Amino acid sequence: MGLRKISAYRRENGRVGVRNHVAILSVDDISNAACEAVSHNIQGTLALPHAYGRLQFGEDLELFFRTMIGTGANPNVAAVVVIGIEPGWTNRIVEGIAKTGKPVAGFSIEGKGDIRTIADASYKAKEFVQWASELSREECDFSELYISVKCGESDTTTGLASCPTVGDVIDKHCALKGTASFGETSELTGAEHIVAAKAASEAVRQQFMAAFDDYTQMILREKRNDLSESQPTKGNIAGGLTTIEEKALGNVEKLGKKTKFVGCLKPAEAPAGAGLWYMDTSSAAAEAVTLWAASGAVVHLFPTGQGNVIGNPIEPVIKLSGNPKTVTTMAEHIDLDVSAILQGEMTLDEAGEALLDMIARTANGRLTAAEALGHKEFVLTKLYRSA
Amino acid sequence: MIHFLVHDASDDVGVAVVDIEPGTHCAGRILSTNQPREASANEAIPLGHKIALRDFAVGDTVTKYDCSIGKVVQPIKAGQHVHVHNLKTKRWA
Repeated sequence: MGLRKISAYRRENGRVGVRNHVAILSVDDISNAACEAVSHNIQGTLALPHAYGRLQFGEDLELFFRTMIGTGANPNVAAVVVIGIEPGWTNRIVEGIAKTGKPVAGFSIEGKGDIRTIADASYKAKEFVQWASELSREECDFSELYISVKCGESDTTTGLASCPTVGDVIDKHCALKGTASFGETSELTGAEHIVAAKAASEAVRQQFMAAFDDYTQMILREKRNDLSESQPTKGNIAGGLTTIEEKALGNVEKLGKKTKFVGCLKPAEAPAGAGLWYMDTSSAAAEAVTLWAASGAVVHLFPTGQGNVIGNPIEPVIKLSGNPKTVTTMAEHIDLDVSAILQGEMTLDEAGEALLDMIARTANGRLTAAEALGHKEFVLTKLYRSA
Repeated sequence: MIHFLVHDASDDVGVAVVDIEPGTHCAGRILSTNQPREASANEAIPLGHKIALRDFAVGDTVTKYDCSIGKVVQPIKAGQHVHVHNLKTKRWA
C-alpha cells in the first residue's frame, strides 16, 4: 500500500490522535447534569455522561476506572475536565489521565453544590478549549494509528464483502507494524477454532480459549433458551443469517488472511505494542466501541449489513457495507460502499485500498457519517450488580 | 449477472446476491476456486439468504465457509430456501 502519511495530533506522550476533543468527563451518574451544564456553557467541549460510577466494587470497579481513565487518556482527546460527586474517585481518574501529560483538572460537587462546581469547571474548560484550538495537526505515519474493528447488524453480505475488506486492511496495516484490535467474544462462537489457529503463540492461544470458555460459561449460566432470540439478532435473521456459527464465520473474515494476533487484552486494556490484539468484549456495538476507545483506539472500522447506526463520542466510527439495498436505503449512515464485490466488479484488494483511503481521510479530519449525524454512544460495560 | 456466491468448494449452500424468483435458473460462483456453479431455485430466495445446493435430511450438517453452520431440522430439497425454519444452531442448546 506504500507508506501513507496522515495529518494528525501528536500528544504529549507521543501518541497520535485524529480528533481534538476537550472532554467533560462525568465520574458518576449524578454528576451528568453538571458536566452537561459546563459543556453548554463552553462551546467546543464534549460532555460524556453515563449511567454508572456509584457503589461499584471488585473487578467491575477496576474496569470502571480503566474505562474512565482510558477515555480521558485517548489521543483523540486534547484535555479533560473531570466532575464527580466526591473528590476521592474524581482524583483517582484525574491522576490516571495526568500520566499522559495532557491538561486535566478535577472538580467535586459535595460541600459546594452544582452551581459553584459548574462555574469553577467552566472557567477551566474555557481555558482548555482555547488552548486546544491552537494545537496544529502534523504529519504522522499511517501505521501510528491504533484501529479497532467490530461489525454490527450483520448479514451474509458482511461475510462476503465488508468483513473481508476490513481483513484486507488488517493484513496491510499490521504488516507495516500498525496496531489493531478485534473482540466480540460471543460472536466468535462457531469460529473459535479459526481464531485460536491465528494466535501468534501457544500461550496466546490458551489465553484466548480461556476468555472464550469463560464467556461461554456465562451464557450457559444465564440463558433461558438457545439465544436464537438475541444471537443472531432479528436484523441478522432478516438479512439471511440463520445461526450464531454462520454469523461468527462471517465475523472472523475481519481478522485477515495472514495476520496472527499477538496478545489478549482485558476489556479497555491498552495494547502493549504493535500488531493485532484480541480484546474480551461484549458484541453489543456501543459497549464494545466504548471499551476500544478507552484502550486508546483512534479509528474504528464498522462493517454493517442491515444498517447499524452506532457512533462514539471520541473515536470516529467508519461504516462500510456490501449490501446493495442498505447502501441505498440507509445511504446517510454508510461511509464506504463495497457492494460491487458481490457481482465481482470490485476485488478485495481494491476494496481494502478504498477503505485505507477512507481511514486516511477520516484521520485527516473528514467527519464520519456517524459524527455528522451526532451519534455519541458512550456506554460503560458493567460486569455485575453494584453493592 | 451472478445470482449467488459460494464461499468454499465444499459448501452445500450458496448465498443469493440478488433477489431470486422461484423457477430461476441461477448462475453462481465459488469464491475459493473462482469456478462457476449452477442451481435452480424452486422457491423465492431473498438477497442475502441461502439456497440449498443438495438435498438434506433431518440431522444433516449444513456446511458454509467449509465449516458447520448448524443442523437440519426439516427436510430440504436442492434449490430450496435454507433458513431458521429448517436449520438450527448446534451451540448453546
